[in-house]
Amino acid sequence: MWLLLTALAAIIATALWYANSPGDKYKLSLLSFIYWGAAIMWLVDHVIAYAQEGGEFFEINADATGLGFSVLLFGLFVWLIALLVSDPKRVIRGILKK
Amino acid sequence: MACFLVPVGEAVLTTVAQKVVENREKKAVGQGEKKVGVVGAASTGVKWSQRLGWLNKMLWGGSILLALEHVWHGEVVPWPPFLTAMETPGEVGPMLHEMATYGVAMALVVTVVWAIIVVVAELRAKAMPGEETRVAGGGA
Repeated sequence: MWLLLTALAAIIATALWYANSPGDKYKLSLLSFIYWGAAIMWLVDHVIAYAQEGGEFFEINADATGLGFSVLLFGLFVWLIALLVSDPKRVIRGILKK
Repeated sequence: MACFLVPVGEAVLTTVAQKVVENREKKAVGQGEKKVGVVGAASTGVKWSQRLGWLNKMLWGGSILLALEHVWHGEVVPWPPFLTAMETPGEVGPMLHEMATYGVAMALVVTVVWAIIVVVAELRAKAMPGEETRVAGGGA
């Protein structure tokens, strides 16, 4: 389930990045890359596990869904920290100067 | 168990490589060098340091989220030796095997996807002669 949610988040983040391009003021490319990196890695993980052990390809249950949403939140958190550190609208710098 | 450590290792190497390339590019600009290709911007107008930045973001981002999954599953803990597989001698072998199979495959596929992105960007830029290509998110 976390693979599906991460892939969905990667697609949405990429669409948002494309809608805002060529500028990237809010670092949406970073958010896209974070989710795509994780989605690719989990896809590889699922494919190898399925080839070696069989069973269900997607684990769909409450625990896997909880993990999926936690992963999405953590990705957003990492992106938010990077955004606030870079401070493209100079909001933080303005506050600190006061 | 610890498959995400392989992409982390690659991310460390590519981050160092990015910094080295970035310094070379700055030196080249400082010296007024107009050469492109090896360390400078190619036909897309995107520097190699920026391209490596894309790979870094995928590797670091993916590894961080995978690390969270391992914490969720109790495979990574906040106390030494951090990997629960390390606590049992019999699990070290399977952990290393998993790193050699899953971890290497993950790092390899992410790198291949990145290479495809770079090649496609180059080909598209060459197909549009005379048009300056701006790539959003090109920065490191």
